[in-house]
Amino acid sequence: MSEPASESSNSVVEVRNLAVGYDGREVLRDVSLSVAAGDVVAVLGANGSGKSTLIRTILGLVPLGRGEIDLFGVAQRRFRHWERIGYVPQRLGAGSGVPATVGEVVASGRLARRGVFRFPGPKDKAAVREALTAVGLLDRIGDPVTTLSGGQQQRTLIARALAGQPDLLVLDEPNAGVDAASQEAFAAALTRFAGAGGTILLVLHELGPLRPLIGRTVVVHDGRIAYEGAPPEPAGHHAEPGHEHVHPHADEAKPAICEWAPTEGTKAY
Amino acid sequence: MDLLTLPFMQRALVAALIIGLAAPALGIYLVQRRLSLIGDGIGHVALTGVGLGLLTGNDPVYSAVLVAAVGAVGVELIRERGRTSGDLALAMLFYGGIAGGVLLVGLSDNAGSNSLMQYLFGSLLTTSPGDLALIGGLGAAVLAAMLVFRPALFALCNDEEYARVSGLPVRTLNLLLAVTTAVTVTIAMRTVGLLLVSALMVVPVAAAQQVTRGFRSTMTLAMLIGVLAAGVGILLSAEANTAPGATIVLLALTAFVATAVGGALARRFRRGRERPPAATEPPDVVLHV
Ligand SMILES: Nc1ncnc2c1ncn2[C@@H]1O[C@H](COP(=O)(O)OP(=O)(O)OP(=O)(O)O)[C@@H](O)[C@H]1O
Ligand SMILES: [Mg+2]
Repeated sequence: MSEPASESSNSVVEVRNLAVGYDGREVLRDVSLSVAAGDVVAVLGANGSGKSTLIRTILGLVPLGRGEIDLFGVAQRRFRHWERIGYVPQRLGAGSGVPATVGEVVASGRLARRGVFRFPGPKDKAAVREALTAVGLLDRIGDPVTTLSGGQQQRTLIARALAGQPDLLVLDEPNAGVDAASQEAFAAALTRFAGAGGTILLVLHELGPLRPLIGRTVVVHDGRIAYEGAPPEPAGHHAEPGHEHVHPHADEAKPAICEWAPTEGTKAY
Repeated sequence: MDLLTLPFMQRALVAALIIGLAAPALGIYLVQRRLSLIGDGIGHVALTGVGLGLLTGNDPVYSAVLVAAVGAVGVELIRERGRTSGDLALAMLFYGGIAGGVLLVGLSDNAGSNSLMQYLFGSLLTTSPGDLALIGGLGAAVLAAMLVFRPALFALCNDEEYARVSGLPVRTLNLLLAVTTAVTVTIAMRTVGLLLVSALMVVPVAAAQQVTRGFRSTMTLAMLIGVLAAGVGILLSAEANTAPGATIVLLALTAFVATAVGGALARRFRRGRERPPAATEPPDVVLHV
């Protein structure tokens, strides 16, 4: 089961026999998961099954009970290249009692790459604008984030992660409470990221418009991985091969989002 | 204005201007984190330091900086652990601080309610040249840290978990904030007083954000309001013989009322003549789903 580390040269996330608990109560037991470069992996499962716990443990936000985690082939404890990972939490941190613009929030995605001691330069500004373009929010760059809708705030968080130009995106239920239109825009942003060779690990409640992008699903149940494999067969027209997730009309309305959407069906994986 | 030829007035004014700039520059991060009252708590703790200084015959500013820094780091460590027990622990720390301070000041030779009142509410007369040097040095350090590390501190206070995943030195930054809070509280003690220090950290920020849209602009405006309130407050209090700390804080509150009213009027005016809410998605995207 646990492969030697030398073999996984293009391994992005490697979880071996992970066990995690809160205050002694075990939430995950014996979870192993491996994500290779270019993979798009969706973690599914019922409420409270431990999906968030899994990805938060991978990111080092929840202390590891037992087992091992490697990030880009390096043990998590010794991993330093956090600029390679873009994290999209479920919602904007509750912290902010002070207004902040969309641009300022997205700019904090550059810190991992730039470091604490350097001031933002033209490269950082360009990356922020590019990330906001990718999620279709460039026109809101100067607006306070609190004036955005829930779905737009979610896209702001994705832009923040994209601004750091990561190799791996980790997202926790990015579509929760987001309307269909925003989900489409969001799916397009992820499609481009995956199309450029990016790796994605995300928690989802339902696959929705992201379905064509998902290469593999992992179902967490009762603290273990109950299923791992191809996404469950969808119902309806989404199942048709070559189903285009790019809507021509949307192209005209939102060229920012769609200009780079895949042209010959979505098969980034 | 001939008051300004008096050396102690000049020192009080310079000290107030430094604090007027530094306190909101730090306070904005505390407000962002919804820890607006932390400065007040650290002020309570600093009082024990004052008592220690008076008792041992040292400059109370030094001992207050030390004790407040230890207290602030303690608060940060408690906060880091978790919230539930943290709230009570903080309360006990703060009340312990003020009780210890009152006790120690009472034990010291130059006791008397007068000296205690000076530290609690500030005074124009007490800033010595040595104090001013310390206030200037520490104030400049606080200001520099808050400006240089603004992106990192903003990220930290906006979303601590994200900052952690970005590989930022979260703990170091948290301790930096804790120590600079302690330092700001103590250097403001002379002019504004320990019980009103926190107001100068928080009120200018609250005033600024009534009319600003971003973090950076809020910080700039808050520092402007802080330095104006501090400067004008010192001059007013000298002319009118009022307590300097209270005068400064009331001026800052006046600024808050002004920006709140002004901001509300501006929003109403803008809404009156503005486009309909343009934020909605293009409808054709919706139609295809
Ligand atoms: N900080 C915490 N402290 C204690 N228990 C926790 C904590 N976070 C999660 N849990 C518990 O761990 C279990 C798994 O939680 P987790 O958030 O990982 O579930 P999830 O699969 O993400 O659920 P959802 O679909 O609701 O987001 C739950 O029983 C939850 O009560
Ligand atoms: Mg969850």
